[in-house]
Amino acid sequence: MSPRRSISSAIGNSPVGRGSGRLRAALRPATSSAGRYFGKHQSLSVLVGMAVATAILPLVVLIPPFSGFGGQNDFVDGFASAGVFVLLAVGLNVVVGLAGLLDLGYAAFFAIGAYTYAYGASPFSGLDVPFWPMLLVGAAVAAMAGLLLGAPTLRLRGDYLAIVTLGFGEIVPVVFLNADKYTNGTNGISALYQPALPAIGDFGFINPWPYYITVAAIIAVAMMLLYRLEDSRLGRAWMAVREDELAAASMGINTVTTKLLAFAIGASTSGLAGVFYASKLGLVSPSQFGFTISFTVLAMVVLGGMGNIWGVAIGAFVVYEIQSQGLKQLNNFVASSGIPPIHIGFVNVDLSAVNFLDYQFLLYGLALVGMMLLRPEGLFPSRRRKQELHDVDDAGASNQELVEA
Amino acid sequence: MRLMRTFQAPTAAATSSSPSTPVATALLELHDVVASYGAIQALRGISLEVHRGEIVTMLGGNGAGKSTILRTISGLMHPRSGRVEFDGHDITAVPAHKLVRLGIGHAPEGRRIFNRLTVLENLQMGAYSRHDKAEIASDYDRVFGLFPRLQERHSQSAGTLSGGEQQMLAIGRALMGRPKLLLLDEPSMGLAPVLVEQIFRIIRDINAQGTTILLVEQNAQMALQVAGRGYILQTGKIVLADTAAALAQNEQVKIAYLGG
Repeated sequence: MSPRRSISSAIGNSPVGRGSGRLRAALRPATSSAGRYFGKHQSLSVLVGMAVATAILPLVVLIPPFSGFGGQNDFVDGFASAGVFVLLAVGLNVVVGLAGLLDLGYAAFFAIGAYTYAYGASPFSGLDVPFWPMLLVGAAVAAMAGLLLGAPTLRLRGDYLAIVTLGFGEIVPVVFLNADKYTNGTNGISALYQPALPAIGDFGFINPWPYYITVAAIIAVAMMLLYRLEDSRLGRAWMAVREDELAAASMGINTVTTKLLAFAIGASTSGLAGVFYASKLGLVSPSQFGFTISFTVLAMVVLGGMGNIWGVAIGAFVVYEIQSQGLKQLNNFVASSGIPPIHIGFVNVDLSAVNFLDYQFLLYGLALVGMMLLRPEGLFPSRRRKQELHDVDDAGASNQELVEA
Repeated sequence: MRLMRTFQAPTAAATSSSPSTPVATALLELHDVVASYGAIQALRGISLEVHRGEIVTMLGGNGAGKSTILRTISGLMHPRSGRVEFDGHDITAVPAHKLVRLGIGHAPEGRRIFNRLTVLENLQMGAYSRHDKAEIASDYDRVFGLFPRLQERHSQSAGTLSGGEQQMLAIGRALMGRPKLLLLDEPSMGLAPVLVEQIFRIIRDINAQGTTILLVEQNAQMALQVAGRGYILQTGKIVLADTAAALAQNEQVKIAYLGG
């Protein structure tokens, strides 16, 4: 650190860039070509990370005990479904983690994306728009819905916003349920067309690999864009709004548009997830998009580490796998372990007869309570939260990232 | 206190405590501004003006409406009636985020720094509305020149700073918007006497560098020392307006604000 200067000398008209080297480094915009093209290497790390994860994950089938849980295609299919939730979680992370807006109705945008695909590519509507442009259409329609919901409600703060979004999340599936002339009501829309690529033709329902690769690619692109956004002017505005809305306004940040954009971008990611989900499943119905989806995704974001894009993605994957595979295997394990029924007074506990899948939300609840008590910043906390809890000298290194002034 | 005096625009001599020579044109004018929080009227017809290069202070007890005036000026709330003019623009209904670009910087009451961001990031936020990178870089230097402590702590989370440092950061952050008019809301609040002296010295330096300052204070003694002029407020009204020197000599002001 450079020695202190007297105020009078500091006021003098000395050239730009006084101060210590570390400070100047921290203030210098990223000008290296790698920095420019890869957004401070995050895009590169996302690409490499996703490629490696996509290549390695299907190999878990070789490792006991996973090898006993099913064939490789079962795993890959499960991973493709997990990818939907990873997308949802990284999208919700923008709203909740970056901009600090509690959105309890996030599944609504998921539903809107899915139904958009159902209209675009099914016998129900008679349209057959290919999957790839539908991804963009779904994202755009969901973003519009986000703007429409956000415009009147984002003046609200905290609890009030949460309640309004909760209401919106309930309204959307009910509309899809009751507007049966347009949505086929309870039965939903089925026989959606599958994605296709010139090289492999229709994706079909049998082979999960094309879906798996597709969702991995979508996640990679979404994460790269979100990392860019986080490091942008808009990302800084989100951060300021999250920290203190009033102070943000007096910094010259238009808080209303800043929050609207968070909503719209979060919603568009959810829309992407919806389009992919609908195409993979081949049908959409109102019951798929209830509050439990909103809640599950929120739990994923909190458990993963609000604000940290990679953390949230991994958190979502882990939570999804525990929920879909872990609990199922727990059922099998307990059923086959031969644990005798326990009798405590008139209460009989027969663990082998318990379906742990039914206790999914109890387990979420326990996990969340435990997390808040033991590790409130999440499994993979963002740099900022970590720094808050452990304020040490590594802050200097992290400031290297603080550029693009 | 019913001592309302007619106020005359100050001459350069009257604002001798401000080192730069003020140009006698109003940078900021409030005309009969009325503002309220719901049913509670906070400002009952405030008219005041701040000239280029001045330090003007507003004194008054709790609830007199000092902070409300600043919030009305910086667009965080809008008056029910009356007019606010800044630098030739009618800004009565202009939202806060646009006023930063016009040249109003606000270091709000209670500092309101971004606790979880680093010192440097806080300053970066202060320059949010600007795009002149080279100029911004020299403004970091200016702020760190005024507040060497902030330079030492530039990579630390703002929430871990001491109260005095947080106040410095709040002022520095407002300066990063390169304001023509800096609104300071109780910069001495909760600070040790030594730090208060330091903050006020820096306020003078900022003014000497050409920034006009409107200062709200409870510490009347210090405020009247740095300011050229002052307004005394009571329950949403200006009850006295004069040069700081005259206010400091005024018997009622002495009794009410300067401890006899």
